[in-house]
Amino acid sequence: MTNTGFHAIESRAFYALLLLGGLVTAAGLGAAHYMEVHGHVVTGMSNQVVWGLPHVFAIFMIVAASGVLNVASIGSVFGQTAYKPRAPLSGLLSLALLAGGLMVLMLDLGRPDRVIVAATHYNFTSVFAWNVFLYSGMAAIIAIYLWTMFERRLNGYSKAAGIAALVWRFALTTGTGSIFGFLVARQAYQSALLAPLFIVLSFAWGLAVFLIVQSVMYAWNGHNLPEDVRRRMARLLGVFVAASLYLVAVYHGTNLYFARQSAFEAFILLGRGDELGVFPALFWGGYVVVGALLPMLLLFMPRGAGPNGMLAASALVVAGAFALLFVFIVGGQSFPLEIFPGHEVTSSFADGAVELYRPRWPEWLLGIGGLGAAFVLTAIGIRALDFLPQDDFAAPGGKVAE
Amino acid sequence: MKTGAEQGLAGRRKFLGLAAAGMGGVLLAPGIHLIEVAQAATPAVTGKVRWGLLIDTTKCASGCSDCVSACNTENGLDPRPSPTSAQWIRKVEIKEIKTGRSASVPVMCQHCAEPPCVDVCPTGASFKRADGIVLVDRHSCIGCRYCVMACPYKARSFVHEPVSDQKADVPRGKGCVEGCTLCVHRVDKGGTPACVEACAKAGHHAMLFGDLNDPASEISQRIKAVASRQLRADLRLDPGVRYQGL
Repeated sequence: MTNTGFHAIESRAFYALLLLGGLVTAAGLGAAHYMEVHGHVVTGMSNQVVWGLPHVFAIFMIVAASGVLNVASIGSVFGQTAYKPRAPLSGLLSLALLAGGLMVLMLDLGRPDRVIVAATHYNFTSVFAWNVFLYSGMAAIIAIYLWTMFERRLNGYSKAAGIAALVWRFALTTGTGSIFGFLVARQAYQSALLAPLFIVLSFAWGLAVFLIVQSVMYAWNGHNLPEDVRRRMARLLGVFVAASLYLVAVYHGTNLYFARQSAFEAFILLGRGDELGVFPALFWGGYVVVGALLPMLLLFMPRGAGPNGMLAASALVVAGAFALLFVFIVGGQSFPLEIFPGHEVTSSFADGAVELYRPRWPEWLLGIGGLGAAFVLTAIGIRALDFLPQDDFAAPGGKVAE
Repeated sequence: MKTGAEQGLAGRRKFLGLAAAGMGGVLLAPGIHLIEVAQAATPAVTGKVRWGLLIDTTKCASGCSDCVSACNTENGLDPRPSPTSAQWIRKVEIKEIKTGRSASVPVMCQHCAEPPCVDVCPTGASFKRADGIVLVDRHSCIGCRYCVMACPYKARSFVHEPVSDQKADVPRGKGCVEGCTLCVHRVDKGGTPACVEACAKAGHHAMLFGDLNDPASEISQRIKAVASRQLRADLRLDPGVRYQGL
């Protein structure tokens, strides 16, 4: 379709997309209601795998929400001019992803009606309780940050707000990683490495989401991203993906060295004890190949990634993120707790047994509903306020559209 | 001299004051009464006592599940558990891989002195009483399942379905997490947990309940005399449940 042809139906196309996003969100809310009425028995979760697919979606969105703000930080904190016009979009996406992730997390609670209890009763030794403050504080800081960017009189405070957001973001993702890092009971977690790992993963996932949204927005408006900006952002994504892969390798490498962890690593990496081999397939195929090696190949090609290559690499990074989180969250619970090391164990409560968790439709709908909510918030934000990075079209060296 | 209007105003003020005092009394009185009822029902819990269990696995019979049945009956749990049902106590059959030595071990909440479930609970619903019993406040549990993730003993269950036929002393609810209460409702009346009673009734006497802080108690005497261990002692959570013969 030509640009003029698209221009004629642009408004209708926008509302059709918005409606679709609304329907997806509504389906997620419906699924949450169904789960609330019948209980979690309608999900694939059990007393062994208590955090299932909704947590995979929620943690992806929360981690990506932190990382997507990196674009703004590079602009206003580190003074990279190419990133500055992208800061508002980065802030909006961060808010939208945070809202989508928290929606899924809250609606997956056993008692979502008691969310007010979570907001009024705090146990300060709980990482979850810290996160309640970290998430709400994050939303407030981003709102202020956006305000300083949009309101000309406050532009001077933008850098200060950006630094606050940067620091808060590190704390937030440290908090998300520490949800698992502080769990002493399970083989998969209890590692201080999880906090920095989550921070680096957030950089990669957030930038991938940003590049996807930015590509779609530019294509929608018939603009081309200036080539030098695009190349820089593609290279940066490649660096983040490589750094994530390195930290994931170190995490498993240290575990392989400890004899007490070898059964767990054999389970995750080789599928020992897992008759379907879901976790090794998702780890090696989903994360390592699809989520890391292929994107790096596309992004670091000698001639440089083209616009489609960069978009494909970003989509692969997001797909790999889901694979890694599924292995990390569900795999970590599927592997039985070692209450009696050195013993074969059986019981009526699945002691010693690998749990084969299969997510059911309410969990899929709730998770995808969260993505829908993030999409709707982003779409409305972009329409109502001016989030499209503008000054590229006048920037020297940038290709002017049309 | 006050005008008629002023007098009327003063009268209305007086009336409103009296009415407010009366309303306050009406609203507060039942509350005060309830506090009395609540205090009467719960004897003072002190840290002088630490309730615990000693389980002698050499006396625990492999085919016997009387402790499990007694727990299910006492607490209104599902008598035929599915993977999503709550199981507050279960029989774990273990066999040492190197030696082939086997044993049957009842496992329930270990009532740790340093309970990870209490540390991670965001609302404070998971708590430890002064006497060492670890419980879940069903009014403030939001069902986040973080405690289930944190417990090294798989002692917590999430209520996956609506529950019916509840016992008056043991409130339960869909969407909350729960676990062994050490039959706190019986202990507070001077009794022993249902599992311990059932084990004795079956003639096994594999479970001993008592005060770990009292050097004269039977449990303290026994753990002084015989070798016993705590599960996952490496984690240093200091569980109140000890095992003999493992």
